[in-house]
Amino acid sequence: MITEFGHFALILAFFVALFQAVVPLVGAHKGWAGWMATAAPAAALQFLLTAAAFLALTWAFVTSDFSLQLVVQNSHTAKPMLYKITGVWGNHEGSMLLWVLIVTLFGFFAAWFGGALPPTLRARVLSVQAMIGAAFFGFILFTSNPFLRMPVPPFDGQDLNPLLQDPGLAFHPPFLYLGYVGLSMSYSFAVAALIEGRVDAAWGRWVRPYTLASWMFLTVGIGLGSWWAYYELGWGGFWFWDPVENASFMPWLISAALLHSAVVVEKRETLKSWTILLAIIAFGFSMIGAFITRSGIITSVHAFATDPERGVFLLAILAAFMMLGLTLFAARAGVMQARGVFALVSRESALVVNNILLAVAAFVVFTGTIWPLVAEMFFDRKLSVGPPFFNVAFTPFMIALGLLMPLGAMLPWKRARVGRIARRLVPAFVLALAVGALAWAMQTGQSAVAPVGLFLAAWLVAGAATDLWTRTGNGEGRLRRLRRLPRADWGKATAHAGLGVTIAGVAAMTAWQAEDIRVVQIGDSYEVAGYTLTLTGVREVEGPNYVATLADMTLAREGRQISTMHPEKRVYPVAGMPTTEAALDNGFLRDVYVALGDPQVGGGWAMRTYYKPLANWIWGGAILMALGGALSLSDRRYRVAAGARRARAKAVPAE
Amino acid sequence: MKRLAAILCLLLMALPAFAVQPDEVLDDPALEARAREISAGLRCLVCRNESIDESNAALARDLRLLVRERVLAGDTNEEAIAYIVDRYGEYVLLRPQTDGANLILWLAGPLMLIIAGGVGLVFLRRRSRAAEPAEAALTEAEAARLREIMDD
Repeated sequence: MITEFGHFALILAFFVALFQAVVPLVGAHKGWAGWMATAAPAAALQFLLTAAAFLALTWAFVTSDFSLQLVVQNSHTAKPMLYKITGVWGNHEGSMLLWVLIVTLFGFFAAWFGGALPPTLRARVLSVQAMIGAAFFGFILFTSNPFLRMPVPPFDGQDLNPLLQDPGLAFHPPFLYLGYVGLSMSYSFAVAALIEGRVDAAWGRWVRPYTLASWMFLTVGIGLGSWWAYYELGWGGFWFWDPVENASFMPWLISAALLHSAVVVEKRETLKSWTILLAIIAFGFSMIGAFITRSGIITSVHAFATDPERGVFLLAILAAFMMLGLTLFAARAGVMQARGVFALVSRESALVVNNILLAVAAFVVFTGTIWPLVAEMFFDRKLSVGPPFFNVAFTPFMIALGLLMPLGAMLPWKRARVGRIARRLVPAFVLALAVGALAWAMQTGQSAVAPVGLFLAAWLVAGAATDLWTRTGNGEGRLRRLRRLPRADWGKATAHAGLGVTIAGVAAMTAWQAEDIRVVQIGDSYEVAGYTLTLTGVREVEGPNYVATLADMTLAREGRQISTMHPEKRVYPVAGMPTTEAALDNGFLRDVYVALGDPQVGGGWAMRTYYKPLANWIWGGAILMALGGALSLSDRRYRVAAGARRARAKAVPAE
Repeated sequence: MKRLAAILCLLLMALPAFAVQPDEVLDDPALEARAREISAGLRCLVCRNESIDESNAALARDLRLLVRERVLAGDTNEEAIAYIVDRYGEYVLLRPQTDGANLILWLAGPLMLIIAGGVGLVFLRRRSRAAEPAEAALTEAEAARLREIMDD
């Protein structure tokens, strides 16, 4: 009954979305206030109906209702409750429902906080958002219905893919989707502004929180995914340049560019048409991400749904929205005149360089991702593009970005003198050089990865600190003023420093990790990078829906025991799949990482042990970046912009 | 529980082990390091986007052993890679070759950077020479509303 109710709510939501896509748009065109005013309640209704559908599906998973095909395929009664809930989006149909739920959530947000928007713009934004919603409702209802029943309900389910039964991966999709779909809001704002034929500073301010939020969620989502790969795959890799990873990385790069160019629109009324174009492209990349993941066109580890019919439908949605956006852009870009005038050396120019580097970097990732497809279709070559390509082709952009970032972040608007800024950054630069030199001295005859990486990291962190400190002015009370700096300034410095921290982690781990592969007998000790590991025993353990082989190990340094470690190999009998659960001893400066292998013919167990310097800095940096985004998002001026509605509503009681 | 243990045993036996195994490792650390370096650049054919160095698949193990065989036989890194490519095609190369159509792939980034840099420079120069636009492009009401919204 609840299932039918959810199904019905989903169909209703589809029709509400169709209504909301048409009526407010016509109203805005004709100037009919009544028609425009329907957008906000429709957005709310659409969200509530979708939420009801989502809850109904969640209920089916929680109660293990095996009359639902989806629950049968992705759940099991013995599965822990947490994974029964996360199992809702651990499959194609459910994850699309989550996707569309977030589309309507953002629409609801825009309706709720969009009171300060001019009524026509608001109506158009919500209408475009509803078009996106309607397209995906259609996709779900016609190709991926989660509410299909079983003719004969089985006794139990087939269990969720064991890889997804993990906290890191369980919460990876919702964050990614919040990020992907948040960019639909930027797209809606861009298309609405194009229809409106005007882009001004206020538009820049309205669109920025959504972009910032998307970027922040993408950062968290990508971070979670990479963290999961690190501890789950058994050898501590954190980034593989897999097509599906790239699919999330491209929107991240583009949204980073977009949130910087929106600042220029907001503060200086320049870069308008570029910002609009970026907003359209950013959502395009989000949908390409959905397409790559869902269609399985570029097969990869993640493509758990492989179905051409769905792929074609998604491709049609992608093409329709890109054509709509780009056609409007071509027709209307001329009316968006740049207003701000600035010198060649200025914050504006620095942000243009930022945008060029980020956009071209995204382009490189894009070419690398689709090249195997292009080469096979047009050149009849079956080839692979893997990490060696991306490391060579992508890294230079990050180095250039890192080198310029502290300088660019401190340049004033309009006109700047590099000399003055550079003098302030001298201490940061010297410090960074010292760190780089230290890294160079610590290693002998290895690659330049660690010295360059640690130099950049120190330069970014010290540069961000210098930026904040410079903002406090001169004389007494600088510390007090530091505390009172706008949150946006703190957010910017935190995010920039976060990138530095991540670079430090990546560089140190790439250059200095130590690996050890061997057969260990029970009772034996061995040494890796100054740590002594002892295998004290191996036993079988039974989990709720798996059985595990678990090793007991002790970790010691200089004869003193630091901790015990328990690497596991699990087998999920229902799904028939094994997983490795590596044991980690986390530290600020290093991780010790142990993965358990197979029992050997001559006795003993295969063991892989790693010493991973600065491993946690990779994700620590991602957390800092996301925190920076959150700080910036909580800045006073967005609250003021949102609050303007209430003030106005009071002033003008009847409209 | 007994049945579960039986299933477990069966599964364990059938399961491929993880990546490089202790019995594959060469005695000479220099040769082993070279073998690892070569393996990291070769794709596991049956898995998706994983190098044979990372992969758990049985085929990856065969390839790893083959690489070690070639290294022991005195091949240089290039010769060993060429040996594998001859048998499995360029699909195994994770780093695409820099010939023919692949030049498009390799040059796409640098070319795009040059184009974007050129367009950016033209834009910046034009902006730095443009005249300040006349203010009051907004109507009085719009300006008031903008002030209201933008006021920090």
